Amino acid sequence: MNLKVPESITFAKTGFCPGCGHGIAIRLIAEVMEEMALTEKLLAVVDVACSSLAIDMWRFDTVMAAHGRPIPTAVGVKHIRPENPVMAYFGDGAAYNIGMAETVHAALRNDNICVFVVNNSVFGMTGGQMAATTLPWQKTVTSPYGKDPKKYGTLDITKVIGQMDIAYLARGELSGAAGIEQSKKMIKKAFEKQLANEGFCLVELLSECPTNLGMAPVDMMKHVHTAMAGYFKPGEFIDKGGSGR
Amino acid sequence: MEKVLMKGNEAMAEAALRSGCRFYSGYPITPQTEILEYLSWRLDEVGGTFVQAESELSGINMLLGASAAGARVLTSSSGPGFSLKQEGISYLVAADLPAVIIDVMRIGTGLGDIMQGQGDYLQLTKGGGHGDYHTIVLAPNSVQENSDMMDLAFDLAEKYRHPVLIASDAAIGQIAEAVELKEFREHDRDKYEWSIKGCKKGDEQRKIQNTYYTMPSYPEYLKAKYAGMESNEQRWESYRVEDAEVIAVAYGISSRVSKEAVDIAREKGLKAGLIRPVTLWPFPVKAFAGLKSVKAFISVEVNILGQMADDVRLATQCKYPVGSYGTFYDIPDPDVLVEKIEAFYEKEREK
Amino acid sequence: MIEMVCAGFGGQGILTSGLILAEAGMKLGKNVSWYPSYGSEMRGGTANCTVKFSEREIASPYARQIDILFSLNEPSIDKFEARLKPGGLLLTNSSIVPAGRKYRDDVRVIKVPVAEIAASYDNPRGANIVMMGTLAANSGLFDADALARMIDEYFSKKGKQNPKNALCFRAGADIH
Repeated sequence: MNLKVPESITFAKTGFCPGCGHGIAIRLIAEVMEEMALTEKLLAVVDVACSSLAIDMWRFDTVMAAHGRPIPTAVGVKHIRPENPVMAYFGDGAAYNIGMAETVHAALRNDNICVFVVNNSVFGMTGGQMAATTLPWQKTVTSPYGKDPKKYGTLDITKVIGQMDIAYLARGELSGAAGIEQSKKMIKKAFEKQLANEGFCLVELLSECPTNLGMAPVDMMKHVHTAMAGYFKPGEFIDKGGSGR
Repeated sequence: MEKVLMKGNEAMAEAALRSGCRFYSGYPITPQTEILEYLSWRLDEVGGTFVQAESELSGINMLLGASAAGARVLTSSSGPGFSLKQEGISYLVAADLPAVIIDVMRIGTGLGDIMQGQGDYLQLTKGGGHGDYHTIVLAPNSVQENSDMMDLAFDLAEKYRHPVLIASDAAIGQIAEAVELKEFREHDRDKYEWSIKGCKKGDEQRKIQNTYYTMPSYPEYLKAKYAGMESNEQRWESYRVEDAEVIAVAYGISSRVSKEAVDIAREKGLKAGLIRPVTLWPFPVKAFAGLKSVKAFISVEVNILGQMADDVRLATQCKYPVGSYGTFYDIPDPDVLVEKIEAFYEKEREK
Repeated sequence: MIEMVCAGFGGQGILTSGLILAEAGMKLGKNVSWYPSYGSEMRGGTANCTVKFSEREIASPYARQIDILFSLNEPSIDKFEARLKPGGLLLTNSSIVPAGRKYRDDVRVIKVPVAEIAASYDNPRGANIVMMGTLAANSGLFDADALARMIDEYFSKKGKQNPKNALCFRAGADIH
């Protein structure tokens, strides 16, 4: 078997947990960049939480933004370097909890950036606390009896920005060959739209977090495909082609 | 260049883009909103970017991204909004990113009020956000200085790779005076090796993050940076201090009123003088050396507690009595100020 | 040093008048400062600004003793008359200030029916310009012709050229 790895992958010692979905997502982005000949052009912005570890995993020029602020940071980058592809790469805690205002307003402005939200249904870096994406009755260290839907709702981003005038909104899963292949296509489409100046693209990637969900890696992958993808339906929700900004 | 009449806030905005600034992201708050309004059309004219952000938090982080990409960047706010920017300022410092941030100060804690005031001395000069840091703080007191200091601020930010704050105030922002603007300067976004631009084969990957992650000697680096600022960047104006027995210390709008009070006091036979810190940090300690006749200092501020008085005590090594006259949101009347200075000096002499 | 306060209701062009006069002073080579009423003072619909003209550097932009009070309503007189210097100049809007109002006897009072004059030229928004004419003719601060030209320039720059302004200004300048 001929194994090939994108040049932008560093093979530095990883801080990600075994079985974490970030490794898959990073590789998909690196592959897409190589296929699109954008490896030397991509400008990345990550959060301070788990996604921050990506800064050492890839060779892209990267900014580590404050918690929840990768989107406005990426918007600033894009304004100064409009000819470069720019992405904000971070988790659901940052995107939908502390950074929700920034996520909605970037969509409202239809800012021409790619946003990849790795959704693992918890706050990973701080040890698996409940997030907006935690499923109903899911147990976490801050919802030890299960997340009571009467007290805390579960946020589906497609229901929040699904009617907005943006270029692309999709959800893929980092589980199973078919799901991963579909996620890669979504990532690629988002970058194509940015290069075509179409505007805001958000791709949510349902991800494993075996450490914080207390599952073995294979069970974790099954959980992503069944429980998580059962609640957060994968698919393309907005796909406006060629309208321009 | 011909002099034009401009409001203080507008002069700062115009001066920023003449210094090569092409990115501004801000949020409305009185009394700095003219900066936002002016740049909303003016940056467009010169091919720059204006973004009205959804919050101060978002605005300061857009600024961080634009700075990381190599641009000269500006944002502005006042009191309550400036507090929200402190998180981003801490991140700018940590990542060694240049930026210029204006605080057109108002008055009060919490919401306070939109009136004239110098309510933010402590949050501007003592770090303000989390962590170990200072920022250079420039305090203009005229429309001309609003223009001149913007130029200086961008140069200092670039020289030290560090955010520089402008401590303006409502009065200096609203006043209109004649100003001679500077010529336009160009800024090349590719000027810095460190800014993100795309990692070519053979390039070292550029990582804009906490500098200490990759610098084992970071504590020494940071201390040396601030020592350099303290030795090279102290700025001040001394007025009639040579034979002064009592010296008012004031910046911004209160320095203008204090200057008039010094002249009135002199006419009445009281040997008064004025030290005006132009940099609030580094505090101009050098201005307090070698004063032969001085017996006492009084800090004059438009706030309640006299936030600068402790820095005057430190600058004088607590060798002299240091009084404080804070007027809350009233601009001190020069005649009343003279009476306060006289009374304070009288009391200290009797001790 | 000449200290002038311009005051009236919001919408009477008070702040604009102050700005035009400050700019005119600047073009005559004087140091000038213009400072608007601000904060709580703005509430209640009154507007005022302080304009200073000086050969020397202007330290405080606030008025200490007023040389000229350029007023367009009665509350402005209530508020600032007491701070006029003896011998100072008080311009009042006799279109709305009652004729029987008593003034200090140590200041020079010129009553100008600015609204009637502006209306006679079919230029109701030109009341402040009438008063600027009277100011030019009575303060010794400005040459009337030069100031008239500067007013035209100011409005032309804003794309609001109006030949009736000059007529209003002339009529104001005829009042002593």
